[in-house]
Amino acid sequence: MALSPLSVIRFRIIFILCWLIIAADQAMLLHFFGLNWQTAALDTLISNGLLLGACLLVMLVLRYYLPRGQQYINVFALCLLLTIIWLLLSKGLLKWILGDVSGYTLLLYNSLSIRFSMAFLLLGFITMVSILWYSQLEQKEQEERKKDAEKLAREAELFKLRQQLQPHFLFNSLNSINALIGSRPQEARKMVQQLSDFLRGTIKKDETQWVTLSEELQYLELYLDIEKVRFGNRLSTAISVPAEAGALRLPALLLQPIVENAIKFGLYDTIGETVIRLTAVAENKQLIITVTNPFDPETSSPKQGTGFGLKSVQRRLYLLFARNDLVQTEASDHTFITRVQIPQPE
Amino acid sequence: MNKVIIIDDEPLARSVVREYLQAHPQLEIVQECGDGFEGVKAIQQQQPSLIFLDIQMPKITGFEMLELLENPPAVIFTTAFDEYAIRAFEAHAVDYLLKPFNQDRFDRAIAKWMEKKAKPEEASATAELLDTAGLSPAQRQRIVVRNGSKIKIISVQDVWFLEAADDYVKIHTAEGYFLKNKTMTHFEQALDPQHFVRSHRSYIVNVQQITRIDPYEKDNHVAILRSGAKVPVSRTGYSKLKEVLGL
Repeated sequence: MALSPLSVIRFRIIFILCWLIIAADQAMLLHFFGLNWQTAALDTLISNGLLLGACLLVMLVLRYYLPRGQQYINVFALCLLLTIIWLLLSKGLLKWILGDVSGYTLLLYNSLSIRFSMAFLLLGFITMVSILWYSQLEQKEQEERKKDAEKLAREAELFKLRQQLQPHFLFNSLNSINALIGSRPQEARKMVQQLSDFLRGTIKKDETQWVTLSEELQYLELYLDIEKVRFGNRLSTAISVPAEAGALRLPALLLQPIVENAIKFGLYDTIGETVIRLTAVAENKQLIITVTNPFDPETSSPKQGTGFGLKSVQRRLYLLFARNDLVQTEASDHTFITRVQIPQPE
Repeated sequence: MNKVIIIDDEPLARSVVREYLQAHPQLEIVQECGDGFEGVKAIQQQQPSLIFLDIQMPKITGFEMLELLENPPAVIFTTAFDEYAIRAFEAHAVDYLLKPFNQDRFDRAIAKWMEKKAKPEEASATAELLDTAGLSPAQRQRIVVRNGSKIKIISVQDVWFLEAADDYVKIHTAEGYFLKNKTMTHFEQALDPQHFVRSHRSYIVNVQQITRIDPYEKDNHVAILRSGAKVPVSRTGYSKLKEVLGL
């Protein structure tokens, strides 16, 4: 939560000083108009005390609700409404307490318009300062997030180069190609092509760019084809994405680490065939992608399934949406499920 | 004729080895396996003189598979990239081949093996290699044991304590105990010292299982585990335990 401007000691002192000056001014003015010191002081205390309450209320409201664009009219209305309420309240209170003092009631009625405008100006001023303060804080926070996002994008790029040109994947693929050259040169050539396309896609794509799910799936297909050559019959995939979900967007290169995690987890934790399922649906203006892989609950805890790949996906989504709940995993029986929600850009 | 087994989870990786082996007619491939479980079975049945072994495989790694064998055959590792493993067995393996490798490199590995075979005093190379591999920086998170024909993977959290038993170590768990052909020193070094303490010459105890430590006879203590099991604690063991528990 943003801190109130009064949390800074310097501002608190200025705030209190200003208040004392205004109160002193008012008391002197009232004395000048013929009230005795005691009545003037009491009047000042009551009306300014109530006004102080109104000011603090405005600050509190703005702390939780910062107006944007068109909503400034609401803030204006709020100020006006608060001023009116303040006027009625202080008038009632003053009249009730000081009504017996001779000449006071008349002075009170005559000064109502001045009191109103002074209070309105003051409340408006406080409101403006608060809005400035909170929007500046918000901007700072946003900038920080953006800076973080940029830094992570750079890190991710380096990581991506390490991870996807990842020694294991790369050398094993080269080893498979080496095997194919002897026995099936045509297939070797095809795999060289797939590997090149995949690596080119990895290097070319910009992490901050958004792509449609269909585009991302094409890229994923290259990766899956290579893995299928490596693991032969052990690996198969079932991808079901309806057209309306395929048109939704997601940050580039988000899907591959999720599927890679599922493949590793699935292939190294079970013996025999491993089916990786990927489904996507559009739901409440969100793209929801579900990836499942088999695992053996007897020999591994589902925690092992949330490797670094998923953590980096979670972090990327957090930086984009400031939400930590977009990647969820769940283990049921022999199936490990990874579910990713991607809010759609407006 | 020398029997050879190829163990690798990628079919194409096996086919490379098969192809390169054609140049060595004195070697006969008796079986190919896609994971360590099959590997153990095949090695016991066939008693090969040489195996080609991948490290990262489904369920159990190549290292874990070798641990399950009483008399492991000579091993040539074939692996894509495994820095720590390379460092660990550089000195002792018959050879290791980094994927992808060519016929030349492969032939040299075979030549090396023939050479070693001619000098039987080095036959224990594999056993030595395994002991070194246990010291690799990655600490053990699990222990693979064989119980008859069944292979069991024990997560280290589930271990109550380890007990020396002649040439073996008894691993006590909720499901009873399992035997492992290893030394106490091996486990003392391979397990996380924050969780496993050598409480006695013949015992290593899982600290997280201890509920209390009672005095027992003169100078000695006994650790009572959650399961009710009692583990002897020597004087030095007691001071080690106190240190880990922060007493």
